[in-house]
Amino acid sequence: MSALEPRTSASNPGPVDNAAAPARRSLRAVAARYLAIYIELWRNSLTREMMFKGNFLLWIVVEMLWFALQLVFINVLYLHTESIGTWTKWQVVLLIGASHFIQQTFQAFFLINCTNLSELVRTGKLDFLLLLPVNTRFVVSLRQIDLGAFVNAASAVAVMVYALHRLEFVPSLAQVAGFAGLCVAGILIHYSLMFLLATISFWTVRAQGIVWGYYNLFNIARMPDEAFRGLFKAVFTFAVPMLLVSNVPTRLLAKGFDSPWPIVLLLGMSAVCFALSELGWRASIRRYTSASS
Amino acid sequence: MFRPPRHLAPARFLRIFRPAPRPDQCTMRKYRHVINVGIQNNLTYRFNFLARTLFGFIPLIAMLYVWRAIYESNSGASVATYTFAQMVSYYLLSTVVDALTAVNEDDWQIAADIKDGNISQFLLKPIDYLWYRLCLFVSGRVTYMMVAAVPLVIFILALRRYFVLPADWPTFGLFLVSVVMTALLQFFTSYAMAMLAFWVLEVSTFIFILFAFEYLASGHLFPLDILPAPIEQALYFTPFPYQLYFPVSVYLGKVTGAELAKGLIIQALWVLAAYALARFAWNRGIRRYAAVGG
Repeated sequence: MSALEPRTSASNPGPVDNAAAPARRSLRAVAARYLAIYIELWRNSLTREMMFKGNFLLWIVVEMLWFALQLVFINVLYLHTESIGTWTKWQVVLLIGASHFIQQTFQAFFLINCTNLSELVRTGKLDFLLLLPVNTRFVVSLRQIDLGAFVNAASAVAVMVYALHRLEFVPSLAQVAGFAGLCVAGILIHYSLMFLLATISFWTVRAQGIVWGYYNLFNIARMPDEAFRGLFKAVFTFAVPMLLVSNVPTRLLAKGFDSPWPIVLLLGMSAVCFALSELGWRASIRRYTSASS
Repeated sequence: MFRPPRHLAPARFLRIFRPAPRPDQCTMRKYRHVINVGIQNNLTYRFNFLARTLFGFIPLIAMLYVWRAIYESNSGASVATYTFAQMVSYYLLSTVVDALTAVNEDDWQIAADIKDGNISQFLLKPIDYLWYRLCLFVSGRVTYMMVAAVPLVIFILALRRYFVLPADWPTFGLFLVSVVMTALLQFFTSYAMAMLAFWVLEVSTFIFILFAFEYLASGHLFPLDILPAPIEQALYFTPFPYQLYFPVSVYLGKVTGAELAKGLIIQALWVLAAYALARFAWNRGIRRYAAVGG
């Protein structure tokens, strides 16, 4: 992996070069270098996945089945009711599609890496990543890419398109762009919170259980927000914003808003969560003592 | 790397010279010991068990909220045959039954034992791997209940308005019988699935695929009798309802009399079938396993 080698390439002037004029150029150089590294990581992941093709396909089947399960569940519920709150059947299908899309995209980029962090700490393998001349959080968070998850995200898009068709709604380009932007905010929330939980592994070896526990919370994200009330709603809106992550993007497409607050809240919470996870990461990495040496 | 023995003759040969202990008494002690050790081992994971129980409440609460919204949209009318209280009871009971009967990591561990060659030692010891794993499963459930009981009871007490008690003691007794059979069915099925490790490298996908079907068809997501009748009837031809739904419906008094007796017999037959499958898969697998090692 040539891109991971120390700063020798001409494209990277390194920290010595701090004159005012080339500052913008060096920023671009840094971006280019990270892009090159990331492409290399993609290639690596692709090679790894293709080593076990059968398994790769079977995991896609597994995810599809569980997605289908959610849709069956909603269909069964709507055999017995016209609506949940004001949510109609196809609006909820859209919500489940959006939730699955967000979850799978998160999974594609971040999930394996978050769950692996505790293993890196426990075995002391983090040493090698700390020594690399790149931002450690970058390489820890994005090292492996789960390519199968992109296929599943695509299946979620298909379900969303069908649900929109049943709702007889054709979103404008601006709405699609807004939806995508809010999805990114949702993914950022998932990533920040799970990464924050993963950094607990610097304090205790039991972090992996906690990280998987968080995975449970994805179940809430695909439920219509109007069903919830009281403390439960407050906690999962303001402390762990699960009820914002996929409900707000879905509302943008299918239901509209009474006020712009949910959008502001989702964007604000994603910024807060990301800032918190960075603080948590910095505090935790200081405690790292390296298990093997 | 441990290489499994080419043949097992020496082990059998040695046993001839050992004074044969009275089999039944010794067997009992041996396996009781496994249970004890299993409990000790599992207690080290008590924090995980507690976390799992507590995190498990969150989706459960969410589910109850969704049902409440549905009952409110229907202005309180019952869904299929369920009032809201009965629906809440259904989910609480299925959580309890699940805590009592679900395999935890037994299937992964068995598969790992096979993959890493750990089962070789069991081929040499006078201990049966299936009973050994069953003891560990029992100890796992016992430990899990020790940890989960307190939060579970608090949770149920908090919702006691909605929690129905069984009609009478015999019903409760039959519920317990059914729960034990459910646990056995769960275990033998998982054991049989884990045997796939003799043939394939990665068993987790297969386990998850089966689990997806079980999740739906055993009543984890919703009680099966809210499904259209033909689908519900069809599900009864599979073992899945007996992995959760059946004991819960016994408790709730949904099945009584001759139906109940028939259900228990069918459940017992499924347990036997799963046991036979587990044994069969092991016997076929072990043949292959020895061939690889030799």
